[in-house]
Amino acid sequence: MNTIVDVVSEETPTGVPLSERGPAQARVVTGFGFWLFLLSDIIIFSALFAAYAVLGGQTNDGPSAIELFDKRHVLLETSCLLASSFTCGMMMIATDRREAALTYCWALVTAVLGILFLCLEFSEFVHMVHQGAGPTRSAFLSSFFTLVGTHGAHVTAGIAWLAIMMAQVGTLGFRPMVVRRILCFSLFWHALDIVWIGVFTVVYLGAYS
Amino acid sequence: MNAHAEVTETDRAPGSHRSGGDRLKSYTIGLGLAVLLTAASFAASSSSFVWGPSIPVLLAVLAIAQMGVHLVFFLHISTAADSTNNILALAFGIFVTGLVIFGSMIIISNLNHNMMPTDQLMDMHTQR
Repeated sequence: MNTIVDVVSEETPTGVPLSERGPAQARVVTGFGFWLFLLSDIIIFSALFAAYAVLGGQTNDGPSAIELFDKRHVLLETSCLLASSFTCGMMMIATDRREAALTYCWALVTAVLGILFLCLEFSEFVHMVHQGAGPTRSAFLSSFFTLVGTHGAHVTAGIAWLAIMMAQVGTLGFRPMVVRRILCFSLFWHALDIVWIGVFTVVYLGAYS
Repeated sequence: MNAHAEVTETDRAPGSHRSGGDRLKSYTIGLGLAVLLTAASFAASSSSFVWGPSIPVLLAVLAIAQMGVHLVFFLHISTAADSTNNILALAFGIFVTGLVIFGSMIIISNLNHNMMPTDQLMDMHTQR
């Protein structure tokens, strides 16, 4: 009997059995639910990656990947997104300390870097369409524009979400509800950066090797 | 009742760090490693330093390593007992992702392999 009690108290530091602890905190439940959403979002991207992997070589005598992509341009885009992921982390630290001014500052830097990324991506798309390499040119380009465009759409939605969160910090203050939403936003933003690692490796660098 | 108030968390939300103090350190280490891995994969993609056919494998390894760095240092996913749920969900997500990507690639390459060359296919159409 004694040993059983020992095992229970070892697994649960305060000695309260799992069945008597009641529901988990809202922060944990919300975070886990959003984590599940992010994983399902990544599965959507996996389907688009699969399409690109299958169709990447089907250029229909049009321009191929290596002729179209500029590596320095992609490196710049990658730097923007990576830096914005870091500043998003800084924003989370400021939020947890309930420092409104710092939160606004880091959110602004995050949003500016995100917008810079979108501008770079948009200019690349425009350049490609002017070259006659639009999404209708070949199966390769259709899958390219779908994959990279979906990622860009997610970044756009993320920036809009960030703006809304800052408005909520301004009007509602750091309520638990608002802080939970900011946590979800930071998860979303970091997940987008993880998807971008796949994009620049498979789409851009994969073209050179 | 006091015991209930002091209950330490048995579940942890992804993205939330256990203690507030070392978060800055975690993000900084993560950024440093991510910059290194990104630079390495951009350098590796066009280097003559590495044996040509092995470059895609090297890129894949660097990308997976960087995704791991982001998960651990930015999303704070750990293998600790309090984030078992997060890890299990992640494992299932990785499983489905792998199934979709590699499954599609195997199926389509098999179909390509079994396909009749286009010129022969055209011949058949004209003979009919």
